[in-house]
Amino acid sequence: MYTLTVDQKRYSCLENESVLDVLVRENVNLSYACKKGTCHSCLVRSIDIKPPKPAQAGLKNTLINQNYFLACQCYPLQDMHIKLPNQSEFYRMGTVTVNTLLNRNTMLLVIAFEDAFEFNAGQFVNLQRSDGLTRSYSIANVPQESNQLEFHIRRLPGGKFSSWLHDEIRIGDSIAVSEPRGHCFYLPERREQGLLLVGTGTGLAPLAGILTDALRHGHAGPIHLFHGSRHFEDLYRIDEMQQLAAQHANFHYMPCLSGNPVPDGFSAGRVNDVALSHFSDLKDWRIFLCGHPEMVNQMKKMTFLKGASMADIYTDAFIVSST
Amino acid sequence: MSATLYERIGGEAAVNAAVELFYRKVLNDYRINRFFNNTDMDTQLAKQKAFFTMAFGGPNNYTGQDMRNAHARLVKMGLAEEHFNAVMEHLGATMVELNVPADLIAEAAAIAESTRKDVLGK
Ligand SMILES: Cc1cc2nc3c(=O)[nH]c(=O)nc-3n(C[C@H](O)[C@H](O)[C@H](O)COP(=O)(O)OP(=O)(O)OC[C@H]3O[C@@H](n4cnc5c(N)ncnc54)[C@H](O)[C@@H]3O)c2cc1C
Ligand code: HEM
Repeated sequence: MYTLTVDQKRYSCLENESVLDVLVRENVNLSYACKKGTCHSCLVRSIDIKPPKPAQAGLKNTLINQNYFLACQCYPLQDMHIKLPNQSEFYRMGTVTVNTLLNRNTMLLVIAFEDAFEFNAGQFVNLQRSDGLTRSYSIANVPQESNQLEFHIRRLPGGKFSSWLHDEIRIGDSIAVSEPRGHCFYLPERREQGLLLVGTGTGLAPLAGILTDALRHGHAGPIHLFHGSRHFEDLYRIDEMQQLAAQHANFHYMPCLSGNPVPDGFSAGRVNDVALSHFSDLKDWRIFLCGHPEMVNQMKKMTFLKGASMADIYTDAFIVSST
Repeated sequence: MSATLYERIGGEAAVNAAVELFYRKVLNDYRINRFFNNTDMDTQLAKQKAFFTMAFGGPNNYTGQDMRNAHARLVKMGLAEEHFNAVMEHLGATMVELNVPADLIAEAAAIAESTRKDVLGK
């Protein structure tokens, strides 16, 4: 008999009981449906140990890497500490150290911490205002000694949180930051694989982190970044990306504009169309798609149909909540 | 000979090989892709895996009633014989593409065929 610990409470797991069986028996609130490992509703995370292999069958690499598993398929082999998706989040206070504009409506926000902040480049956090208003933002840098997180914040007209960050936040202010989340990030494996990165607007934030991470791990395969927006004034970091491309023979950068005018060196058209037209076959490519939800969903389907395996497609749709 | 069809066909590895080939065919087929369009693709793919495990006679505990429930929403959308036939076509073509021997294809097709009434809610 093993002990399951969830949010400080301890439950006994009897022989032949799955983690889900125990949680249901104890009336712990967790959504589930098929109990066959198919629907992935009961995805939870092991905080300390690696969960049993069969409980991770069919999950994405980046989820497996973070010890996520399916409660209905998990028959514990030892005591486990489990984190549920709806469990209250742990927030840390950080201090704003940079707030400058990257272009007319995108701000570079840097938040510093006293201790190291562990994350994978490309993950996101929730930022919280003192009144409780909370929004997700992607981390744009890679883990490093300086204990900082970098964000690219686009001002949405009338947007509550983004306007607050743009208009009111000052250097030295403190802000609450959640633990890192999400599974759209680079794992240093299959170094010869081609990487296709496609983003709109501040979708460049997670992609910049992923790109830097891949390059510093010495990724050997070709890396193509397509960054798009409507107008030239809404792109950013163009020079930096061009410089990176000049320094790394395997990195290729293509800024795309769906509106007019389209200066030399830029592709005309929507970033997803431009990217797709570059490749006749994406078999064995690893794909990262970030930004506008419609672009992300459409590209997910198109890259899959062009041969990419679903397990190799990582996405972050920047869903704007309407609350 | 006591090995199950699932074992002879190659088990989970065979399912994994089949499921993406199959799903690409389904998404490209204008006759049926509307049934598959409104759900998340990762979830959808996991369900196709369940479909193959079942067709290959593998370990699953779906009952006829489960099949009715799983497809009831689709029957409301107009799921009918011709759509079932299209899925059978892609199932066969996928296995041919993977060089599954003809007798095993026939066995798998028979299993899938046996769910017709339940899937179509008849
Ligand atoms: C995983 C994830 C990662 C994210 N990462 C980033 C990031 O790195 N950088 C970033 O800037 N944002 C990111 N976002 C979006 C971010 O979380 C907020 O949704 C965004 O900043 C808007 O919040 P807000 O409070 O300013 O707007 P809200 O007060 O929530 O208002 C949004 C309102 O604007 C409307 N609206 C929606 N889209 C538009 C549009 N295009 N133009 C005008 N109005 C619109 C909506 O209907 C809604 O009523 C991410 C979102 C997710 C889910
Ligand atoms: C040939 C026999 C078939 C078998 C054995 C079969 C099997 C299955 C199984 C096991 C599931 C997963 C159920 C779950 O756990 O949620 C499923 C779901 C699904 N099937 Fe089938 N299926 C068959 C035919 C079809 C046909 C003909 C269509 C449509 C053309 C179809 C469309 C779907 C869809 C869209 C889902 C997902 C439903 C949802 O939204 O949850 N299936 N099927």
